[in-house]
Amino acid sequence: MSRIGVFVCHCGENISRTVDVEKVAEASRHLLGVAHACDYKYMCSDPGQALLKKAVAEHKLDGVVVAACSPRMHEKTFRKATVQAGLNPFLCEMANIREHCSWVHEDRDEATAKAIDIVHMLVERVKRNRKLQPISVPVTKRALIIGGGIAGIQAALDIADCGHQVVLVEREPSIGGHMAQLSETFPTLDCSQCIMTPKMVDVANHPNITLHTYSEVEEVDGYIGNFQVKIRKKARSVDMGKCTGCGVCMAKCPQKKIPNNFDQNLGMRSAIYVPFPQAVPNVPVIDRANCTFFKSGKCGVCQKVCGPGAVDFEQQDEFVVEEVGAVVVATGFKLYDISEKPKGSPIKGYGEFGHGKIPDVIDGLTFERLASASGPTGGKIIRPSDGKEPKQVVFVQCVGSRAREKGISYCSKICCMYTAKHTMLYKHKVHDGQAYVFFMDARTPGKGYDEFWRRSIESEEAVYIRGMVSRLYQKGDKIVVMGSDIAVGIQVEIEADLVVLATAVQPREGADQLAQKLGISYDQYNFYSEAHAKLRPVECATAGVYLAGACQGPKDIPDTVSQASAAAAKVMTLFAKDQLEREPIVAKVNERFCVGCFACKKVCAYGAVEEKEIRDRQGNLVKVVAYVNPGVCGGCGTCQATCPSKSVELDGYTDEQIMAMIETL
Amino acid sequence: MHAEKQHHAFEPKLVAFVCTWCTYAGADLAGTSRMHYPSNVRVVKFPCTGRIDPVFILRAFQKGADGVLVSGCHPGDCHYMAGNFHARRRFAAFRQLLDFVGVDLDRLQFSWVSAAEGGKWVEVVTELTERIRQMGPMREFRELDAEEHWSAQLDEPEIRAAYNAIP
Repeated sequence: MSRIGVFVCHCGENISRTVDVEKVAEASRHLLGVAHACDYKYMCSDPGQALLKKAVAEHKLDGVVVAACSPRMHEKTFRKATVQAGLNPFLCEMANIREHCSWVHEDRDEATAKAIDIVHMLVERVKRNRKLQPISVPVTKRALIIGGGIAGIQAALDIADCGHQVVLVEREPSIGGHMAQLSETFPTLDCSQCIMTPKMVDVANHPNITLHTYSEVEEVDGYIGNFQVKIRKKARSVDMGKCTGCGVCMAKCPQKKIPNNFDQNLGMRSAIYVPFPQAVPNVPVIDRANCTFFKSGKCGVCQKVCGPGAVDFEQQDEFVVEEVGAVVVATGFKLYDISEKPKGSPIKGYGEFGHGKIPDVIDGLTFERLASASGPTGGKIIRPSDGKEPKQVVFVQCVGSRAREKGISYCSKICCMYTAKHTMLYKHKVHDGQAYVFFMDARTPGKGYDEFWRRSIESEEAVYIRGMVSRLYQKGDKIVVMGSDIAVGIQVEIEADLVVLATAVQPREGADQLAQKLGISYDQYNFYSEAHAKLRPVECATAGVYLAGACQGPKDIPDTVSQASAAAAKVMTLFAKDQLEREPIVAKVNERFCVGCFACKKVCAYGAVEEKEIRDRQGNLVKVVAYVNPGVCGGCGTCQATCPSKSVELDGYTDEQIMAMIETL
Repeated sequence: MHAEKQHHAFEPKLVAFVCTWCTYAGADLAGTSRMHYPSNVRVVKFPCTGRIDPVFILRAFQKGADGVLVSGCHPGDCHYMAGNFHARRRFAAFRQLLDFVGVDLDRLQFSWVSAAEGGKWVEVVTELTERIRQMGPMREFRELDAEEHWSAQLDEPEIRAAYNAIP
C-alpha cells in the first residue's frame, strides 16, 4: 500500500490568496494511499524542505507530491530534498497549482476545486512512479562556437584559456563580425578595430582554438556532452597551408569592381579577396560567382602570380565532423532592410522612405563604413550619389523598431547611442555641418551613456527633434525629410544632403534553420530563446547549447562580451566533470513482447534504436528485437505511441502513470 | 481581465494533453503574466506530443471529458526534432476513426502553442471552453456504458430458468 505525502505550498500569498490551501491538504488526506498531508508557507525554503524530509522519516513515506509552483521552476529543488530524505528522486512529483491555477483563476471555489483535482492526478501518478537511476555519459571536453564576431571570439578565448579545446566556425572568410565594420564605439569612442584586432589575432594564435572560417554548420547530432557536428568548409580556392598573405593575387586580379559586402557595397573589391586588410585569417577567398576564370575559363592570373602556388581552382567544399560536448551560438545580427520585399521575411519595408532606392538614404552600418579610416572613402563622410560632403545630415531613429504596424514591436536597444555617436563622428569630420535627429525617446541606460548622449547636443550641437518622420523623397539632389516636432506641435521639413536611418536589429539570415538543426527554441522574430528570461539568460532549454550576443536579442558590445563570458562559464561548469548524469527518462523495450517490426526505429529522431539478437541456450537465433541505447535516447516517447504491441515503455511516462491521471477525471 | 463572473448551468470538463517544452511552458507563461481563463481544463504533461497515444484521448472521453485538447510545439520546432510531426499524422488518422465511430470532432482540438505564446494558450482554452459549453455535455460514452450495464443486469425469466438448470 502506498504511503504518499502531500505538501501544499502557500507560496507566500501567491497561491493562498486564491486557493484554500488548507482545504486542498484536507481533501488530499482522504485520498487512498495518502499517509500525510499538510500545508506550509514556503515549501522551497530551507525550513520547507526540512519539513518534507521530517515527514518522510516520521510517516515512512514512499512518495511525495508537492503542490506548489510549476515543476519547470522547482522540480529539481524538491527532487534533491527527496534524495536527502532517503528516497529516489523520481518518487517526487509537483502539482502545479500556481502558474496553472492560482495565478490564472479568480474564483476561490473554482480555483480550490481545480487545485484539489490537480493534486489528485499527481497522487495517482506518483503511486506508479518507478525508482529510476541516472545514466552516466562521458563528456567530450571540447566546445563548438558558431559565429566569429566579438561574442564568439570572447567565448572562444575564455574557454580556451581554461585549457579546453575550442572549435570556432565562422560563415564569412574572416572573423570579426559587425564590430570589425564599426568606426568608433560608444561611449568611449575607441577605434573599434584597434580594440578588436588583438583579440582576433589571439584567437588565430591560440593553441587550443581550431578556426574554421568560410564554413557553416551542416548538421548537428547528439546531445549534451556528446554532440557530433558536421561542418562544411566552403572552398576558398586557396590552399591555407601555402598562402603567405602577401596580397599579390588581389593586386593583380583584373576584376576590381565587385561591391564589397563588408563595406556595405560602397567600396569595391576584386574577385580574389580578403574582406578587409586586418582579416583573420589573412588568406583570400575566390568569389566564384564573379570570378572570370570560373565564369568563362579565361584568366587565372592569380594562380600565375602566386609565389607559393597556393591558388587551387580545383578545390572542393570539405566536410569535417567535430565531436564536442557543448555548443555556444553567437551568430549575431543583421540590420532591417527597408526595401520593398526584404529577403526571406514577411516584415514590410518602407515605401514612404523610398524602398531603399534613394542612394543618399543609408543605414547605420553604411555610415560607419564612411566614417571608418580603413573604409572605402578613407574616413571622409561623403554622399554615395555624387561624392560631395553633406552639410545637412538627418538621422532618423526607430526605423522598423517599436513599430507594430511594420511587424517589429521591440526596441533595438543600440540605436539611440549609436546615432548620438554618429552625430559626433560627423561633426568631428565636417566642422560646418549640421546634424538633425528625429527621435521618439532617448534610451541611454549604460554607464556613461546618458552623459555621452547629452554631449552630442551640448558639445556637438546636434539638433534633436522629438517626432517621427512620415516621408522621405528625392527633390533634385537633396532629400526632403517630412517629420513632426511634437514638443512645439508643428510639422517640420528638412532638405537633407544625407539621411541615416537607425534601422531595427534583427537576427541573421538562416537563424531559424540553424535553430532547427540545433533543436533550440526561437521567438517570432527568430531571436533565440533563453531558458529563463531573468535567471538563465545564456542557456537554452536544450541542454548543452548556450547563447551569446545579439542572436538572443539586440544588445551592445559590453553586454555582448558579458554574455559571451557567461556562456563560457556555463560551458566550463559542464566540462568540470568527467561524467555527466543524464535524466533517466529513456525508453526501454520489453524483449518478451517485441516482435522486431522496428516501427520504433523508423520514428526515432535520435537513431537510438538498435537491433538486438535474442538467442537460446544453444546459440540459435530466436528473434531480432529492438534495443534502445540509453545514452542516445532523447526521451520523447514517440516510439511507445507508435509501437503496435506496446513493447516499449518510456520510463517516467508509462501508460500506467498517464492512465492513472486520466482515471481521476 | 476582470469580467463579471457568470454562472452557467453546465461547466464542461476539459482535458489537455500538452508537451512539456512548448505548450506547458506557454501555459506557465500565461500564469506568470497573470492572464485569466476559465478553470475547466485539467492539464496532463507529456515530454512530447509524439508520446500521446490515441487511447488516452478515448479514455478521457470515456471517463467523462466533454472536450479534449492536444497541444504541442509548432511544426519544425519540436524539442525532440520530429515528435510533433508523428503526432500530427497519428491524429489525422485517429480523427477519421472517431468520426466513423460517431464522436463529434468539434470536441477534440489540436493546437500548436509555443513557450512564448502565453496569450495563445489563454485564447485556445477560452475558445474551447465556450465551444464545448455550447455543445453541451458529451453523452455518447455514458450512454454506451449504461447500455452495457443494463444488458448485463437483464433479469428475464428464461435466463433465470437456464441459470437454475445448471447442475
